[in-house]
Amino acid sequence: MNMTDKITGAQSLVKALEHAGVDVMFGIPGGAILPAYDPIFDSKIRHILVRHEQGAGHAATGYAQATGRVGVCIATSGPGATNLVTPLADAQMDSVPVVAITGQVASHAIGTDAFQEADIRGITMPVTKHNFLITNPDDIPHAIAAAFHIAGTGRPGAVLVDISKDALTNMTTFKWPEKISLAGYNPVMDPTDAAIKEAAKLIAQSTSPVLYVGGGIIKANASKQLMKLAEITGAPVVTTLMARGAFPDSHEQHLGMPGMHGTVAAVTALQKADLLITLGARFDDRVTGKISSFAPHAKIIHADIDPAEIGKVRAVDVALIGDLKHTIKALLPELESVFKKSKPDLTTWWASCSEWRTKYPLGYDQPSDGSLSPQYVIERIGKISGPDSIYVAGVGQHQMWASQFVGYENPRTWLNSGGLGTMGYAVPAAMGAKVGAPDTVVWAIDGDGCFQMTNQELVTCALNGIPIKVAIINNESLGMVRQWQTLFYNERFSNTDLHSKRVPDFAKLAEAMGCVGLHCDTKEDVDRVIKEAMEINDRPVVIDFNVHRDAMVWPMVAAGASNDDIVVAKSMAPVWDSQEL
Amino acid sequence: MSNQRTLSVLVENSPGVLARIAALFSRRGYNIDSLAVGPTEDPNISRMTIVIDVQGHALEQVIAQTDKLINVLSIVELDPIASVQRELLLVKVTTTAETRSQVLETVQLFRAKVVDVAKDAVTIEATGNSEKIHALLRVLEPYGIKELVQSGLVAMERGLKPGNTGNNSSND
Repeated sequence: MNMTDKITGAQSLVKALEHAGVDVMFGIPGGAILPAYDPIFDSKIRHILVRHEQGAGHAATGYAQATGRVGVCIATSGPGATNLVTPLADAQMDSVPVVAITGQVASHAIGTDAFQEADIRGITMPVTKHNFLITNPDDIPHAIAAAFHIAGTGRPGAVLVDISKDALTNMTTFKWPEKISLAGYNPVMDPTDAAIKEAAKLIAQSTSPVLYVGGGIIKANASKQLMKLAEITGAPVVTTLMARGAFPDSHEQHLGMPGMHGTVAAVTALQKADLLITLGARFDDRVTGKISSFAPHAKIIHADIDPAEIGKVRAVDVALIGDLKHTIKALLPELESVFKKSKPDLTTWWASCSEWRTKYPLGYDQPSDGSLSPQYVIERIGKISGPDSIYVAGVGQHQMWASQFVGYENPRTWLNSGGLGTMGYAVPAAMGAKVGAPDTVVWAIDGDGCFQMTNQELVTCALNGIPIKVAIINNESLGMVRQWQTLFYNERFSNTDLHSKRVPDFAKLAEAMGCVGLHCDTKEDVDRVIKEAMEINDRPVVIDFNVHRDAMVWPMVAAGASNDDIVVAKSMAPVWDSQEL
Repeated sequence: MSNQRTLSVLVENSPGVLARIAALFSRRGYNIDSLAVGPTEDPNISRMTIVIDVQGHALEQVIAQTDKLINVLSIVELDPIASVQRELLLVKVTTTAETRSQVLETVQLFRAKVVDVAKDAVTIEATGNSEKIHALLRVLEPYGIKELVQSGLVAMERGLKPGNTGNNSSND
């Protein structure tokens, strides 16, 4: 072999990442990964130096959610790698395609408790779709190709590739596998004809169906197909927290979000339905409430690319295992043909759904003391920035309000941590989204608690020309926890007061990090400040919205309660006609 | 017994596979009654025979979740009637001059073997399905069991294997 063909494992890694189509990665160097950072210096791949590995992981996730491409983060061994555990678990729970590259101590030192050694493969086994430990440089290209293949196909997820330092420094030759075939990994793309026929039959028999839409529709880029399915069936649509934007909020068939803080119409429609057409949703406990009383009259069609979701929580009548775009495409002609024979009349069903919607719309009260309503702030951001912007939330009350009041029309415009519920997600994920969609306005709608977990990435944003906008919904509390303490712990506010109207001064903090810092304390100022932020595009902007601290998220189904016990405001259950119950 | 199911799992013979299976079963709350791992005719592939207690869990879920692991090549439930199932037992039984011949007779009866003899004990090796192993232990118990070790169950479908086991390309 010609010696000039020989390159280091590190060079092979960077070449492999280039071959995998990576245009950007988020990371921090350190001892074990250091060999890789030398060829990264020469690569056309943009490396964004973050301030904490957790930021790198969430940025990769935000990038992936905004673009549909695989997000990439990179860190060193030991603490660098363990700092990635939260974002990897987060991405895996929300089926986001992310590849993490970590350095590992040299192979001869593995297992000796070496400096900065952590068994990150073992640690991340339960929170990744798959992971690799590479100690031979010859294995690098195949592992990288396999990692991207696994992360980005089937049900997307997080994949970690741990590479020992000697595998990075030793010599190898680069050979990119043109085709990846893994004996134990063959996602099914198309449901069987028999299942499609059976599903169409159930839909044709149903007089009160609901399209229960989950994040899978967005992952499969199947929003157009979903629209056709909604139109041909005429069925009400509900979109889960992970599916906001998969179907336009403005569409008359859309009843909103189901679940713990869903609309009365969406929650009730699921409860009263005779058929759930479940599309890329997973019967999460935050949607179903007490599972034994969830949608008690409904037959279930469950379409999902992950066979293990079928029957995991709720027994199904028809399983459609496959890619959702393929599935809906196959279902449409079958429906047309069965509807020719007989199409169910949904008039009565729609009369009920419309009544629930009209009687119990989403809403909020303006605080009586004249202070700022958090819901109003979020609603105005949505109105002024519009449905073409991307909105990224942290976790808690502000997240629910952002889901309820922004108004989503397009897929990939609503990013949040749904499954894991990771506080601190918003700022780094917004950074990743902005890198992936530089021409789109990206808002992080964050809480004052969440913001204090990961705001250091604003430095990264400021230095790297990533002008995100951050709205801190500052109620100086861990607001959702405080809400639960109000409702279930007799207003004993144990350790939820953050005092964040006194310390820190968020606007000053933002300025210190190279951003523009703005304040807003009154309703009259809201539009003006939002518009001011919209005008700033050369730097990140942070607005500290000083909001009323006692505002609560409604409606609400208490944890573990039945969806039938939805509450629209404190101690206020919807009043049903007796025949409805 | 009615909740026990036997799964035959073909996995890539690569580091960490056992940990993946064990971790999956642990975090999803599946109970493993026994687990045996060994090589197959293909050096790249190992076979695991897992006996699980499916009380409280649907077998289809256990199979689907296990099959989701990238290193798992195939997983099937083995019907006890349509499969050969064996366990290996080594048991050290106390013997005296009076009881030794009775113990040896039992060994004969169960088609077991004596693999070690000491002054006051014999070590017996037996293979068979769990019923046979249990029956043998019941008979031996009155003589005094000093020590015993049992393998996990290994099992294989009867008749000709329907397909190839597939080939392995990853060496993680």
